[in-house]
Amino acid sequence: MSSISTPRPQDNFYHDEKYGFRPWLKSWLLTTDHKRIGILYMFAINFFFAIGGLLATGIRAELVTPAADMVNSEVYNRIFTSHGIIMIFFFLIPSIPATLGNFLIPLMIGAKDLAFPKLNLLSWYIFMLAGFFALYTLFTGGIDTGWTFYTPYSTTYANTGVIPMGIAIFIAGFSSILTGLNFIVTIHKMRAPGMTWFRMPLFVWSHYATSLIQVLGTPVLAMTVILLALERIFRIGIFDPQLGGDPVLFQHLFWFYSHPAVYIMLLPGMAIISELITCFSRKRIFGYKFVAFSSLAIAIFGFLVWGHHMFTSSQSVFAGMVFSLISFVVAVPSAIKVFNWTATMYKGRIYYEAPMLYALGFLGLFIIGGLTGLFLAATAMDVHLHDTYFVVAHFHYIMVGGTLMAYIGGLHFWWPKITGRMYSEIWGRISALVVFAGFNLAFFPQFILGQLGMPRRYSSYPEEFQIYHVLSSAGSSILAIGYALPVVYLLLSLKFGPKAPSNPWGATGLEWTTTSPPPTHNFDKTPVVTEEAYSYNPQDPGIFRAQGKW
Amino acid sequence: MGEFQFYPEQASTIAGPIDALYWTLTGLTLLFSIPIPFVILYFMVKYHHSRTVDRGNPSHTSMKLELGWTFGLLGIALGIFFWSSYLYFDIYRPAPANTLDIYVTGRQWMWHTQHPQGKRENNELHVPVNTRVRLIMTSQDVIHSFFIPAFRVKRDVLPGRYTTMWFEATKTGEYRIFCTEYCGTEHAAMGGRVVVMELADYQRWLREDLGVIPESAAPDTSGRPSQPPSAGGESSGQLSTMAAAGQQIFIAQGCIGCHGQQGRGRAPSLAGLYGAQVQLENGQTLTADENYIRESILNPRAQIVAGYPPIMPPYDGILNDQQINELIEYIRSLTSEEGTTR
Repeated sequence: MSSISTPRPQDNFYHDEKYGFRPWLKSWLLTTDHKRIGILYMFAINFFFAIGGLLATGIRAELVTPAADMVNSEVYNRIFTSHGIIMIFFFLIPSIPATLGNFLIPLMIGAKDLAFPKLNLLSWYIFMLAGFFALYTLFTGGIDTGWTFYTPYSTTYANTGVIPMGIAIFIAGFSSILTGLNFIVTIHKMRAPGMTWFRMPLFVWSHYATSLIQVLGTPVLAMTVILLALERIFRIGIFDPQLGGDPVLFQHLFWFYSHPAVYIMLLPGMAIISELITCFSRKRIFGYKFVAFSSLAIAIFGFLVWGHHMFTSSQSVFAGMVFSLISFVVAVPSAIKVFNWTATMYKGRIYYEAPMLYALGFLGLFIIGGLTGLFLAATAMDVHLHDTYFVVAHFHYIMVGGTLMAYIGGLHFWWPKITGRMYSEIWGRISALVVFAGFNLAFFPQFILGQLGMPRRYSSYPEEFQIYHVLSSAGSSILAIGYALPVVYLLLSLKFGPKAPSNPWGATGLEWTTTSPPPTHNFDKTPVVTEEAYSYNPQDPGIFRAQGKW
Repeated sequence: MGEFQFYPEQASTIAGPIDALYWTLTGLTLLFSIPIPFVILYFMVKYHHSRTVDRGNPSHTSMKLELGWTFGLLGIALGIFFWSSYLYFDIYRPAPANTLDIYVTGRQWMWHTQHPQGKRENNELHVPVNTRVRLIMTSQDVIHSFFIPAFRVKRDVLPGRYTTMWFEATKTGEYRIFCTEYCGTEHAAMGGRVVVMELADYQRWLREDLGVIPESAAPDTSGRPSQPPSAGGESSGQLSTMAAAGQQIFIAQGCIGCHGQQGRGRAPSLAGLYGAQVQLENGQTLTADENYIRESILNPRAQIVAGYPPIMPPYDGILNDQQINELIEYIRSLTSEEGTTR
């Protein structure tokens, strides 16, 4: 930092006006600045991603051979359960909203901060407390119920850390609710003059839809966890038939939250893609209102499809049919987005910068992930594919191929804004390609495995499946390299990267009108918005000034 | 390490139609997942920033296009929906008449099967080819799921309740059974094989090894009384049918006192009960299927038959799953006898 003539410290948000630069730990831990809180979240979430990734490595290593020889089935069950819980509740759900959403939403709508800055900090502390319980569970024997906690196994038969992990998830839910609440109020009340609803970047629209799900869905998860704890601790019969309960009831309650949760994870990814595609095509989004309203449609219909996780569970065939129908309907708004993103590139001026490569990778993987979802929405097909590797492959294409690609792409795109430094462009492109190739090799074979009948959550398997497992494990090691690369060059950029200008991509959007990194109060003067979002002109050749090729 | 294999063997009547749906969906996936990336790649090259091409008058919205792809997709989705729903009904419909019914009990971590003729198996299921087989399944502990990939059928197996599933095998041979609902430590080892035989071989097999299944192999929840009379047939070297074993329980547990012919109307007669409509005290009517009979044995006060006092004690914790299965088979046998005499 010292080698570059940075502006006075109080010029950017790293320097807190109240605490000054000296007691920097205090200035971070007591900050109410949405940008700092976004970065605090970023540390926490990337830490959990690393843990979840290590656990995934354990899974793929074990499955190279048919026998449970590297670890026994007891350990394996703990590994895949922990992988699922950490990745879903401690990485994917908070990932984009709590980091990039937190950092960018006030900037994008021209606000000084979120509506409730202290609540925002509180949500981070709540998340850390939940994370503590999760880590406590991992280091005191783990948990082996699968991330789905199906009863009566979880309430009566499992003798692992169901309660501490339940507490972790219960607590984490509150941080999610608070973030969602904060976003909703902020977007309603704190838009800059002229920032009408239909001038908002689609990033904001998508986060608005996400927040609705977080606020409406997460309480149901909290209730479900409480009921589970009541039965496990006090033997009150709710789910276990031996106590007079109904085991399928748990599945209804669990998926009533956990299916919409898929959209909590996915919508923010779509939010990022809309920004990246427009910027690097130098073109206004095609069908703005359709993309915006498709986010809301996904949020609403997403609440009505939980039963498609239960086609084989003894649910009535008529209920299965209704859930199947709505599941097909919810596929349509996602497809609308893909078509609109593609149409946006038409007659654009396209640049292959690293964030764009991640966005295009997202498109490729999301198309496959989405279409394979149709197999599983089709009741009769699902009877064969349910709980096989086909399902595993499908949701990894959506969650990893979709959300994670978008997250990393977004991290690159806004990295100059967040840190004030440019990263290595060439390494950014290489890592995007490595991730794309590694991902497909890791997860495509799993579709075939599933169709062949390989059930999920198996520590050992018949020999005829081995060839596909070996391919998958090989792919996942390439994928691991793809994820390790950005860690290296992004961190190096903090020290060696050239200083970023306010708007390195020549992008539209209010966040690019302020300095990189932005001052504590974001804007020196409240911005006034006079035009639509994405007012790019593809015919203007000179406006894009990509920098940072080092 | 095995060959590259792309789909499992087709060995049931439903496998063909399911695979037709599978390949159609795969075709549909290719139909979208090849052209869209192709168009994207085309745009990437054609509109690369270094190229001078016509970028004039770009449109930002087109109602025609939006509505076109929205309703086009919806149409395709609805087509798949109707097709798959039709098959779904076929797989899970209440079983057609004249099925061969076999009882399946899952527990951590094995499958136990009971044939009506009395034969029992562990982790194996022998069935005749070209015969409709219905599985009446329950679990002694957690949720399991019974999956035969070669037949393309699967259904969850729940504690405290029966679920059913039927199939018709079309090829003799051996096929894998998997448990596909995570059920604890040895979930991956909970499997077995289906052995599909010619009908004559199956009938010969049913008579083989009479009564040699050791008592310890039969599932028995610890703490519950071991089944008394059903073992009687085995000791005499004769394999008793499930219905006969059920009749023994019917007598030994005193059911006969009220439900038998000497019951003098204290309880409803069980002859002709199975499959019949039952009028309940609360005014509802329901069909007396396996789940109804099971519940009426374990927890009689849940569904009280109109016109009878609720005096029957609950048998929950007294009878195990296998004994309940046998009682159900016995009650069913009363129906078929009635049916022929009437």
